[in-house]
Amino acid sequence: MITRFTIAERQASLVLLLLMTLAGLAMAAAGAGDAMGVHGFIVLFASLGLIFVVGGALYDPAPTEDRSRAYYDDPIKVGIVLAMIWAVIAMGVGDWVAWMLAFPDLRFDGAWSGFGRMRPVHTTGIIFGFGGNALIATSFHVMQRTCRARLAGQIAPWFVILGYNLFVVMAVTGYMMGVTQSKEYAEAEWYADIWLVIVWVVYFVLYLRTLARRNEPHIYVANWYYMAFILVVAVLHIVNNLAVPASFTAAKSYSLFSGVQDAMTQWWYGHNAVAFFLTSGFLGMLYYYLPKRANRPIYSYRLSILSFWGITFFYIWVGSHHLHYTALPHWVQTLGMTFSVMLLVPSWASAGNALMTLNGAWHKVRDDATLRFMFVAAVFYGLSTFEGSFLAIRPVNSLSHYTDWTVAHVHAGAMGWVALITFGAIYAAVPMIWRRETMYSWKMVEWHFWLALAGTLIYVFAMWNSGIVQGLMWRTYTEGGTLRYSFLDTMIAMHPYYIARGIGGLLFLAGAVIGFINIWMTIRAVGSDSKVLDVPTESEAGEPAVPVAE
Amino acid sequence: MIGWLKKLYYPIQAGHYRLEKHSIGLTIGIICAAMIGGFVEIAPLFTIDETVEDAPDMRLYTPLEQAGRDIYVREGCYACHSQMIRTLADEVDRYGPYSLAVESKYDHPMLWGSKRTGPDLARLGGKYSDDWHVAHLIDPRAVVPESVMPHYAFLADAPLDTASLPARLTALRRVGVPYSDAMIANADRDAAGQAQPDSDGADGVFDRYGDATQVRRFDGKAGRVTEMDALVAYLQILGKLTDAAHQMETAGMTPETEAAQ
Ligand code: HEC
Ligand code: HEM
Ligand code: HEM
Repeated sequence: MITRFTIAERQASLVLLLLMTLAGLAMAAAGAGDAMGVHGFIVLFASLGLIFVVGGALYDPAPTEDRSRAYYDDPIKVGIVLAMIWAVIAMGVGDWVAWMLAFPDLRFDGAWSGFGRMRPVHTTGIIFGFGGNALIATSFHVMQRTCRARLAGQIAPWFVILGYNLFVVMAVTGYMMGVTQSKEYAEAEWYADIWLVIVWVVYFVLYLRTLARRNEPHIYVANWYYMAFILVVAVLHIVNNLAVPASFTAAKSYSLFSGVQDAMTQWWYGHNAVAFFLTSGFLGMLYYYLPKRANRPIYSYRLSILSFWGITFFYIWVGSHHLHYTALPHWVQTLGMTFSVMLLVPSWASAGNALMTLNGAWHKVRDDATLRFMFVAAVFYGLSTFEGSFLAIRPVNSLSHYTDWTVAHVHAGAMGWVALITFGAIYAAVPMIWRRETMYSWKMVEWHFWLALAGTLIYVFAMWNSGIVQGLMWRTYTEGGTLRYSFLDTMIAMHPYYIARGIGGLLFLAGAVIGFINIWMTIRAVGSDSKVLDVPTESEAGEPAVPVAE
Repeated sequence: MIGWLKKLYYPIQAGHYRLEKHSIGLTIGIICAAMIGGFVEIAPLFTIDETVEDAPDMRLYTPLEQAGRDIYVREGCYACHSQMIRTLADEVDRYGPYSLAVESKYDHPMLWGSKRTGPDLARLGGKYSDDWHVAHLIDPRAVVPESVMPHYAFLADAPLDTASLPARLTALRRVGVPYSDAMIANADRDAAGQAQPDSDGADGVFDRYGDATQVRRFDGKAGRVTEMDALVAYLQILGKLTDAAHQMETAGMTPETEAAQ
């Protein structure tokens, strides 16, 4: 991989890595005795390791060919492998915490393994580790192919992928050491947050510079979604993480906002993490890999426009549906509820657009598990957005809020939509990128598909049951007008559902492990002489970037 | 109707067709579309006075309680416990008067929570004795056999880091909590004093935080101040920073709670 760098680029990377090493050293020294010091050592060792990789190949022959004639797929490869590694880790932790809720002593003695510290390891690991790496890797793939241009820059893509993973590692190890801001999905502390801003700016500049090189007049739909993902996540991240550190040599900081303003800012962030991380970016994936794999054009250009701007505009308003009946002023709750219901229109427009694209290719859906992953993902996208709009209605939310019904909704979206579309996209992308005809084993893809689907269904049905049961028990009164059930009664009722969820999660995890093995075997089977399948071209003379309508 | 919509739509589509050729145009479009909602919903919360009620009796967290709050955050108690009683009849019957915005006025960050694996803790203060809390945190299943709460036995042996408290209170003052210079300067001493009633430090706590402040050995042991002291001190103040919620309830001024159907 280093051989694709010119000597000057290798030197530049070394300088960058040396700066990182120094930063790590400074953090380790200043933060000694605090978790920040441990993070300093992580930065230090990660940079040193990379210095050895780059330095060891410093004087290898420089590339002679014209690099702009080929796509740049090395960072994508690393991104996909990292996404799968995070998938296995974070789903493993997810299943572990699921079992902990059934059998609380299923843990180690150390404080690090308590539920409160491990739960964010699951959510961050899965959303940012698995989802984020998959988004970055596929965005690099999609933008090059739909622009017919090579990534702008040799070092920047590596900086984005590796820098991003450094952020996730700092976040996740931080929670285990008790470093957290306690804001859901934004738990990482101030220095990790600042680092992510730097990475993100480089990411967006890279995106714009690659778009500027495009050999295609129009920017394809998938890129709009990826752009919305990058841009809005940046704004959300910066505002919600505004905080004052107690000391610049320790991790602890205090949120700039308090109470009701903090709650609204947090859920403005929180739901738009759902919107622009877990939806927008993955819709970008869907808009490229689904038509590509089905070999059919997107059903409707008009629906694409409608749903894109609908999602971008409406989502921002809905955060307050997380705060129904709380101390948040009533008018904000009402706005949130109204926009949540309206949001169903662009959401179903996207899901419908995806499903109609498959119309006429149903035999492929039947035969090809990769396409089936994407099909089922689109169905779950439709289901979970419907459920979401329903849950956002105040009286419904009075029952569902605080219960496992929310968790059921989350995982219908997260497993059924986010994870399945990602697996579909990865199975579509891996052969393209590693230049093979197919995956190592299509049977393993089938196995993965059925395990993932079964796991999702078991998980979601178990949590629907437990959530609705618990919500109803909490509000049941006796004839005499007193509450019938103690909190403890409701907990005992949850127990069997928690076991069912643990089993569902295990199936889902098993699927992911099979997927990981399959991808690994596909990579291993690649010969160094395999043919380049596609190159940037000036015109559509070869194959169009995405299937187009007549 | 459809025809009319179509007439409206075609120029938009044509405009969009042009927009798609400009990455900066798209960037600006996305930023504009995505910023409006947040601005309309969040900015007024800082400017409209009625958003947060007045509560003249509202007091600050003492350094020991704030340290306990930081432990609550560190251990992720918020992942299982909410601190927000909604305006629903069954919640008020189960947990007490519903939460007011002013009660979390000094909470940086708020800990309202989103999942009740365990019960709401907004009005926990005074519900149980210190001993109950200590025993429960050391081994929840010894106290409540069906509990799925993790144990926090290590807190009882962990000495509290009081040295960093002045810096923590300073940071809190920067974000708007009105700690005085004397409170910041004495933060570490006050933290120790609040858990050691017979030490000299205890008087300072009363001076600075009022005579009603709870000063005692929260972990039941004399000697050093532990993280258990801090956490229990925090749990015992939950819902007791102001009496506003109870006053509202007895005055019958409550916007009526909504009965669950
Ligand atoms: C796995 C989720 C979980 C975590 C994490 C958790 N708890 Fe609990 N907690 C529970 C459950 C379940 C109960 C109800 C059963 C019981 O009393 O043990 C409970 C009960 C309590 C109670 C008694 C409440 C009442 O009104 O009876 C207190 C106090 C408490 N927890 C404090 C804490 C503190 C402090 C932390 C963090 C150090 C914490 N909990 C972390 C699940 C959790
Ligand atoms: C192996 C499969 C999985 C298992 C067993 C699992 C398990 C869990 C458990 C036990 C919780 C905590 C629920 C609670 O506090 O009551 C949780 C929360 C969560 N998980 Fe998963 N999970 C899995 C997959 C995923 C995936 C693939 C995603 C996202 C892409 C995801 C995203 C989340 C999120 C966002 C939450 C927080 C929910 C909330 O706060 O309401 N999970 N998961
Ligand atoms: C139209 C679209 C959607 C709407 C209106 C919607 C609405 C809601 C509502 C009302 C809640 C419950 C809030 C509460 O009571 O605390 C919620 C929670 C959640 N939803 Fe959705 N949802 C939508 C789509 C999705 C999708 C596609 C995902 C994908 C993963 C998703 C992920 C989540 C998560 C992670 C939470 C839990 C947040 C938390 O409490 O930590 N949602 N959503």
